[in-house]
Amino acid sequence: MRRHPLRHVTFTLGVAITALLIATAALSLVYTPQDPLAMSITGRLQGPSGAHLFGTDQYGRDVLSRVMTGTVISIAVGVIAVGIGAAIGMLIGILSGYVGGWIDEGFMRLVDAIQGFPAILSALLFAAVFAPGIVISMIAIGIAFVPSFARLTRAGFLELRAREFVVAARALGARDRRLIMRHILPNTLAPLVVQATTSFPIAILAEAGLAYLGLGTQPPHPSWGLMLREAQSFLSLNPWFAVFPGGAIALTVLGLNLLGDGLRDLLDPKTA
Amino acid sequence: MRGYIARRVAAFVATLFFVSGLVFVVVRVLPGDPALVIIGPEGSPEAAARLREALGLNRPILVQYTEWLGRALRGDLGVSLQYDVPVGRLILSRLPVTLPLTVMAALLMLTAALPLGLYAARRHRRAGDYLAMVVSQIGIAIPGFWAGLLLILLFSVHLGWVQSGGFAGWSGGLWPGVRSLLLPAIALGFFQTAVLVRATRSSVLDVLREDYVRTARAKGVSELSVIAKHTLRNAMIPIVTVAGLQLGQLMAGAIILESVFALPGLGRLALGAITARDLPVVQGVTLFVASTIVLINFVVDLLYVVLDPRIRYE
Repeated sequence: MRRHPLRHVTFTLGVAITALLIATAALSLVYTPQDPLAMSITGRLQGPSGAHLFGTDQYGRDVLSRVMTGTVISIAVGVIAVGIGAAIGMLIGILSGYVGGWIDEGFMRLVDAIQGFPAILSALLFAAVFAPGIVISMIAIGIAFVPSFARLTRAGFLELRAREFVVAARALGARDRRLIMRHILPNTLAPLVVQATTSFPIAILAEAGLAYLGLGTQPPHPSWGLMLREAQSFLSLNPWFAVFPGGAIALTVLGLNLLGDGLRDLLDPKTA
Repeated sequence: MRGYIARRVAAFVATLFFVSGLVFVVVRVLPGDPALVIIGPEGSPEAAARLREALGLNRPILVQYTEWLGRALRGDLGVSLQYDVPVGRLILSRLPVTLPLTVMAALLMLTAALPLGLYAARRHRRAGDYLAMVVSQIGIAIPGFWAGLLLILLFSVHLGWVQSGGFAGWSGGLWPGVRSLLLPAIALGFFQTAVLVRATRSSVLDVLREDYVRTARAKGVSELSVIAKHTLRNAMIPIVTVAGLQLGQLMAGAIILESVFALPGLGRLALGAITARDLPVVQGVTLFVASTIVLINFVVDLLYVVLDPRIRYE
């Protein structure tokens, strides 16, 4: 018997935290307690107070407002990076799994090679050639996801291309494009959706890491990783400055991980 | 077995070839003119032309790649524009920081994750299992560099037990070096430990549900033997796969942790090279790290032969 999704504790918790994340991002587009870029020389490095719930940074900017605005950047980088990884990975996986032979072998070696480039390494390489920035971090993170999407898509295609319904469709005259788009690809989507969900928190972690290194989002835009980079110099003066952006990353990643785990449980026929 | 190994070696060589190609394309082809990247917008056209000539950038791209690859295979990764020393020597000089940091994080990960994952699986759906899963879920959510900052906050700022960063080196003995890498290694290994706990638990649970484990228990085989001989051996393949992938992630993660703890390793070398527009160093470091990760994946592939007799007799 299929369980109602909301009775699945992990999934429900994940949905709740993710909803909070999206609501915060949406709210920050129209409202933040203060201007996230407004500086105040007299109000620097303050701890949490009624006026500034999360305190202020080294320029007197409101940390809560910056954390809220950082949500948008994290979500945007996550969505675009996973999109890049999924698009390129699925294309490689489709070609590899459907065509097979030398093309498959060549693409798989390329995928193995890409696996040697975690996001941080690609970002280093791109940042050396182009200016570091949010676009570089999106591309670098996206590339790091290519192998997992390519392998999953390829595995689905290898399994499905010889199945009766595909053979029957081919016998009825369906061309390659129709076979791929109408018959095989839709049947490989469930694990890819789960993969996208589980990749999303990894993308957010990677974005924060790259921003921390100065390879991602650039000042004065508020990214959680960048805020932690700035906070490090003032750890002894205002430790809260390092706690809230880090807490935001941890809560977001926790929520998205729970959502991914829950989704995987619910979509897996063995556990449903 | 020989066939399997030969296939893996061929795939490894082909993968390395692709790795070198990707690095070369990004550094030499994508920017259009690498000389302009190196000298920056303030450089004169004459200086760019001289640099192009000196670096051999005027020649056809395939000739450049072949020569670069040939030199790289001999260990010659070019000369740093910033330090004017061979890139290979620079990498070797930073390895005594990055390598021990990665190894220490890996050791911490393995010694913590394997027993915890095994414990959680054996206590499936009991308090111990739930606790281990909650802790690992939190561990996966905390980025290594934030864990590093929190460790600095606790042990350096509040307790004053250790310095907030820097590397003592190995010349004064083993302990000062290990001591300065301890916090970074904990921060680095924290996330991956959480991942491996979950992988170990899941893999052991899968094996514990197998008929042969039930049969072994029904025959009266001791629990220790069931776990050591029947369960762990068979559960190791997915665990080794995850742990192998994690070694590569640890090496990449070390780049960030070196910045948090001001350690003079490969990561800081590369970051400094980006600021100085020292393309040969960035190219060399990325080629080295990516090749090492591919090598680790290759070794993991070979380990399957040891762990899974089916591959040996294939």
